[in-house]
Amino acid sequence: MTEIAIQGLTKRYGPQTVVDDLTFTVEPGQVTGFLGPNGAGKSTTMRMILGLAAPTAGSVTVGGRRYGDLPVPLTEVGALLDAGAVHGDRKAYDHLLALAAGSGLPRRRVDEVLARTGIGAAAGKRAGGFSLGMRQRLGIAAALLGDPRALIFDEPVNGLDPEGIRWIRGFMRSLAEEGRAVLVSSHLMHEMALTADRLVVIGRGRLIADTGMGEFMRSRGAGTVLVRAADPGALAPSLTAAGAAVRAGEAGALVVSGMTGEAIGAVAARRGVALSELTPQLPSLEDAFMELTEDSVEYQGAAA
Amino acid sequence: MTAPAVSRTTFAHALRAEWVKFRTLRSSWYTLACLGFVGLGVAALSMSAAGAEYADATPAERLEWDPTALSLRTYLVAQLIIGVLGILVVTSEYATGLMRTSLAATPRRHRLLAAKAVLVAAVAVAAGQVLMFASFLIGQSLLASQATPNAGLGDPGVLPAVAGGGLYLAAIALLATGLAVILRATAGALATLVGVIFLVPALSNLFPAWTQGLFDFWPSIGGAAVMSTVPDPDHPHPWLNLGVMCLGVAAVLVAAFVLFRRRDV
Repeated sequence: MTEIAIQGLTKRYGPQTVVDDLTFTVEPGQVTGFLGPNGAGKSTTMRMILGLAAPTAGSVTVGGRRYGDLPVPLTEVGALLDAGAVHGDRKAYDHLLALAAGSGLPRRRVDEVLARTGIGAAAGKRAGGFSLGMRQRLGIAAALLGDPRALIFDEPVNGLDPEGIRWIRGFMRSLAEEGRAVLVSSHLMHEMALTADRLVVIGRGRLIADTGMGEFMRSRGAGTVLVRAADPGALAPSLTAAGAAVRAGEAGALVVSGMTGEAIGAVAARRGVALSELTPQLPSLEDAFMELTEDSVEYQGAAA
Repeated sequence: MTAPAVSRTTFAHALRAEWVKFRTLRSSWYTLACLGFVGLGVAALSMSAAGAEYADATPAERLEWDPTALSLRTYLVAQLIIGVLGILVVTSEYATGLMRTSLAATPRRHRLLAAKAVLVAAVAVAAGQVLMFASFLIGQSLLASQATPNAGLGDPGVLPAVAGGGLYLAAIALLATGLAVILRATAGALATLVGVIFLVPALSNLFPAWTQGLFDFWPSIGGAAVMSTVPDPDHPHPWLNLGVMCLGVAAVLVAAFVLFRRRDV
């Protein structure tokens, strides 16, 4: 069953259309990557899911209901919009306790989410003294309080150190494996490649792509193979003759597409050309993303 | 998965959350401590000079001698501090972004704001009454020690005056909460509150005649008349003045509710 359904969602601020007729769903058991350049409308969309901003047109439902009609919202959707959104003078435990009290959740949930996010030891400390990584964990703990079926994270790895980034990635995967629907926004393509099952790409508020991760990578080119040979001049024509497309790479290397490394090796052996390198290269997701969103970057720099 | 503990959230949950938020901030208790310290300090200082004032007073002035009102004059300063309390309950959440978290947990916005208003009213009524009674008792004992005419709680009109002072302070706290919701920032709300409770009364004589009727119900002027026990010819019905002032506060709160409901956060 679809957890979050977004239908024709539109948000205008005066003459500016921030979200433009957006339609997609967030399914349980998956991490849905919500991708777009800065200012593409990702945060506004998330705020509309949570009823914080009112759509100009269209609708959002969570488990089939409007967010405002959910009987206990925190048990349906947990959200981390901004890790800084805690009062610095309040202790981590009290921050969570207030949220739990507001949703009628038992006090033990506070201890459970503190333990799950690994900040139990800091429960009695004031959030103002937390590092960004700790604040992220506190924000995630708050999102998990109601044991919700859907989770929404807005740029959760922004500003984190590698250790924190790795933890969040693993954590989002495990939440999806528990059967929850996870929506994660990012403007970093490679981040999504590591965590998302599905990709929803938007630019200037419009939907650009809504596809499975694997499908997305395949559709963006099957990849190339970097070949270094003792005599590239002799190898290139043979590869072309065998049906591959060959172009010159850096420092005498060949970039071959349309042929597997195995087949290239066989051709080289037949021609008696010694190979010093044969490296399959994944399609550059960053390039694919740039290509997709090129026209939709809000503030484009002058061509370099 | 754990089943939710309740099948639906209620106003009581929102109110409990507000209470937890209030009591877990040191600033709440600092503000209350400040209210007590400054409020009683002003009462004590002003009353320790009142004996000399009475000694120098003309017989006509002595006729209007109102020891109750004098000991409650500390409300002038106390209303600013209790106003800060009413403001911070709202603006601390806007400043940190916590308002989004609160509204995600309680999407029924009128419920969240009502919980905040009820919390502010409850805290301010309690703190205001304690302060007014303590100020009265300290003030009267200081007057007594200077052998100056003073009042007791059982004297005619004294109890309503003292209790009215506490209610007046609670109304100002709610006014501050309303302004905080409308302006969404501590500085703006505080500046507006100072304008309402200090600047307008100070400048009231400069304003045209048609505005003078408004001052009968204005904070620090007519609205505060209940704290007198000697009839004031300018304000023959002090409780009516306070009542209309409360209606004004209610109007500000209604505007706050409407804006709070409509605005994106």
